[in-house]
Amino acid sequence: MKLHEFTASRAVAAIRRCEVSSEDLVRALLARMEAVEPQISAMLHVDAEAALAEARARDAAPPSGPLHGIPIALKDNLSVRGQPCTCASRILRGYRAPYDATVVEKLRRAGAVLLGRANMDEFAMGSSTETSSVRATRNPWDPARAPGGSSGGAAAAVAAREAFAALGSDTGGSIRQPAAFCGCVGLKPTYGRVSRYGLVAFASSLDQIGPLTRDVRDAALLFNAIAGHDPHDSTSLSDAPADLSSALGRGVRGLKLGLPREYFLKGIERDVEESVRRAARELEKLGAEIVEVSLPHTEYAVATYYVLATAEASANLARFDGVRYGHRAEKPSDLLEMYGRTRAEGFGAEVKRRIILGTYVLSRGYHDAYYLHAQKARTLIRGDFQQAFARCDAILTPTTPTPAFKLGEKMQDPLQMYLADIFTIAVNLAGACAISLPCGFVVRETTLPVGLQIIGPWMREETIFRIADAYEQATAWREEAPPL
Amino acid sequence: MNYEAVIGLEVHVQLRTRTKMFCACANTFGAPPNTQTCPVCLGLPGALPSPNFEALRLTALTGLMLGGAIAPRCKFDRKNYFYPDVSKNYQISQYDLPICVGGELVLPRENYPKDAQKTVEESRRIRLVRIHLEEDVAKSFHFEAATGVDFNRAGAPLMEIVTQPDLRSPEEAFAFLSTLRLVLLYGGVSDADMEKGQLRCDCNVSVRPVDQEELGAKVEIKNMNSISGVRRALAHEIERQMDVARNGGRIAQETRRWDEAAGATFGMRSKEMAHDYRYFPEPDLLPVVVDSWIDEVRRAVPELPVARKERLMRRLGVGESNAEVLVADRELADWFEKAAATTKNANGVANFVVNDLLRELGAAGKPLVESPIAPEALGALVDLADAGRISSSQAKEVFAEMFRSGRAADEIVVERGMEQVSDTDAIGKLCDEVLAVNAAMVAQIREGNVKAVGNLVGQVMKRSQGKANPAMVNAALKEKLGI
Repeated sequence: MKLHEFTASRAVAAIRRCEVSSEDLVRALLARMEAVEPQISAMLHVDAEAALAEARARDAAPPSGPLHGIPIALKDNLSVRGQPCTCASRILRGYRAPYDATVVEKLRRAGAVLLGRANMDEFAMGSSTETSSVRATRNPWDPARAPGGSSGGAAAAVAAREAFAALGSDTGGSIRQPAAFCGCVGLKPTYGRVSRYGLVAFASSLDQIGPLTRDVRDAALLFNAIAGHDPHDSTSLSDAPADLSSALGRGVRGLKLGLPREYFLKGIERDVEESVRRAARELEKLGAEIVEVSLPHTEYAVATYYVLATAEASANLARFDGVRYGHRAEKPSDLLEMYGRTRAEGFGAEVKRRIILGTYVLSRGYHDAYYLHAQKARTLIRGDFQQAFARCDAILTPTTPTPAFKLGEKMQDPLQMYLADIFTIAVNLAGACAISLPCGFVVRETTLPVGLQIIGPWMREETIFRIADAYEQATAWREEAPPL
Repeated sequence: MNYEAVIGLEVHVQLRTRTKMFCACANTFGAPPNTQTCPVCLGLPGALPSPNFEALRLTALTGLMLGGAIAPRCKFDRKNYFYPDVSKNYQISQYDLPICVGGELVLPRENYPKDAQKTVEESRRIRLVRIHLEEDVAKSFHFEAATGVDFNRAGAPLMEIVTQPDLRSPEEAFAFLSTLRLVLLYGGVSDADMEKGQLRCDCNVSVRPVDQEELGAKVEIKNMNSISGVRRALAHEIERQMDVARNGGRIAQETRRWDEAAGATFGMRSKEMAHDYRYFPEPDLLPVVVDSWIDEVRRAVPELPVARKERLMRRLGVGESNAEVLVADRELADWFEKAAATTKNANGVANFVVNDLLRELGAAGKPLVESPIAPEALGALVDLADAGRISSSQAKEVFAEMFRSGRAADEIVVERGMEQVSDTDAIGKLCDEVLAVNAAMVAQIREGNVKAVGNLVGQVMKRSQGKANPAMVNAALKEKLGI
């Protein structure tokens, strides 16, 4: 097996046994990038020299942690001291973060090497990476198709074997949906489980950082490294996450898994639904009990999300004004013009659309009808999950209603694009945790992966890892690699 | 027609905390621009706020001192507006769930301007709307071709106190701010120096005919940097509005800027539309459960100036004017109480503190902490005088020497041979000598000119070189004269 085909866990073991060096791994991945990036465009910035220097430093030092010497790619909205952090936006061109995000600090402490920055939808607003101001990333399974988004670059890099693992962020499905489209594993932890300090905010009450990996055990490895309380993030949970090692390999016997009836109604493509139902039967065979549950307010999730997320975004993105960093319009005649032109030039169409929408729903006279209503709907949606989890240990759904769509297919119709996240959005609104992993393939022009979403109760990551691991061990989907 | 003014205040107070409201930067002033900053207070992408508990505590303490209702839970909100001094283009503030609602401040006469104290209405109560906590903004500096922003102050904890429109005159506004300032100093909440911007006040003022219920158009005035400046600005603005009203004009609702040098207010560029701040709950911060720590703050509420003045007068027998001077400065009152605790004659101590100590400190340009006389040493001096060992004029002399050298009173008294003669025999002997050489006067006294005794007392004192106890001399003479 070639080095770039390793999983993170395998690479960890190889380094531990001194079969390879960290530098070998970085070189292998850089070579792989050189080979496939022209087709995939997963990465935005890769500082090869810096990564190699970090790797050599790790090789020279005694083993420092569970990720010693392992290169990890980062979505371009995570702050790394001295590195660009553009969020794939023109407005942050030239900006270099002067500090490390908490997850970056934790990765360093675990011994990881920072490999480079992955493409994304501009400010994480999009489901295809097509809103990136730089270029769209292509799906390794079919370069004519989108890798999903907004963490599409991270998912494509992992799927194309350009990185063993990556960190992304998930506000409404931005880790899980590209994981499903690219055939990898993506985890959205419980809200508050992973510190958001240093993650450029899209919607603060929904954002979570999580791993994108080749398999479930790698996801557990990264989750262990980045989870935990952080005094710099007031919304981070104070209790320590459970140790996942006991969850892996434990099987699903005795677990009750719910299939929400509202997720199998309309819009879902028949073969996608069939893949998920097959996965449920597989888990049943492994000893789980399948029950039907109801999430009655599902139909309001997308609308609720686009009110709350845009409202928060309109304030979060206000700081990009040309005053202190990033792009500034040339020769403005006054302050107002500087604001206006800087933002007109710096933001792309989708970001502007969401800022305008968010500003509108918070405006006097509309605030109660939109923002307040959406908050109430959010409470109902959270309640749905609470009731469902009283009846089951976890919920099984498709991650997306369709496999990867074609680049350009939905760019003219924002509503169609928003519906690509219909099965993932409610989880962010509820604050629960969820993982997406491959559960089969469907054939369009080419073979495309399908994602199974396992949603768990708050702070019960070990439950969804237990189920995902049992399913993965019983099936062989992770053996499949994209035809590159 | 007679008009009256209606005034409400919005007071911003910088809290005395070690660090800023939402980050670990030092909450200090005077450092070179932009050196007290970090990703959080600069609003860099990805930075998050974490609340300063001490600032919450001080705000709750202020609420308790002012008799407000402390909310069991409060939360922070985002107030959205674009301006270069707001690093995130939203300010973290409190909108609909402030930490404190209501409260009031009673205005004691002595806190009015000196020239207005005779005519003021007793004990005006000014109701408060609310007290909340927010982050301060940066400071802009306008140069010829550019504007610079210093973020050292950005993110400093700022408490806002909003009054009901209960004030009726510039003098009441003056008294309110003076009284509030004292409360803030007593609580250790803020250094509350208006000239340093630690206390800032915007005034909302309108005028209306005296018999009218409805309020007139509200004008907001800004940019006053002293409490007397607030008084002057209000006096000018009320006069201006009344002139407009009397001449049948219409007062525009606007914001006006006080120009201290010109002694006038000027309209500021009016904004086309009313601001819509689009408040919404700050998602980066959890609601604050005040209930879980408020009892601890309750125990820390200090005795306030008004109560302290009462106690000094009632319990310690301090005269009213002395008590007023003492409580106006918490440190001074504390110093006084330490001294008073060592003697029975508290008002004697108060006299020395208010008259002599303050004068000497002022002349020497020293703060109270550098007083060469310790509180206990002053108590000892007062005891010496009360025991009749020195006269009151000698006590003044000893005080001056104590201040000069920092030595103890009894040491000085012994060294200067000041000790009074209280020996009955010795005094009797001196009296006999004086009576013997003043036969004519003795005769007059015996005929009823009792006043002349004073002259004889004076002569005895002179013969004793001032050391005789005057009261004993007086008694002895009267006895010998049979009156």
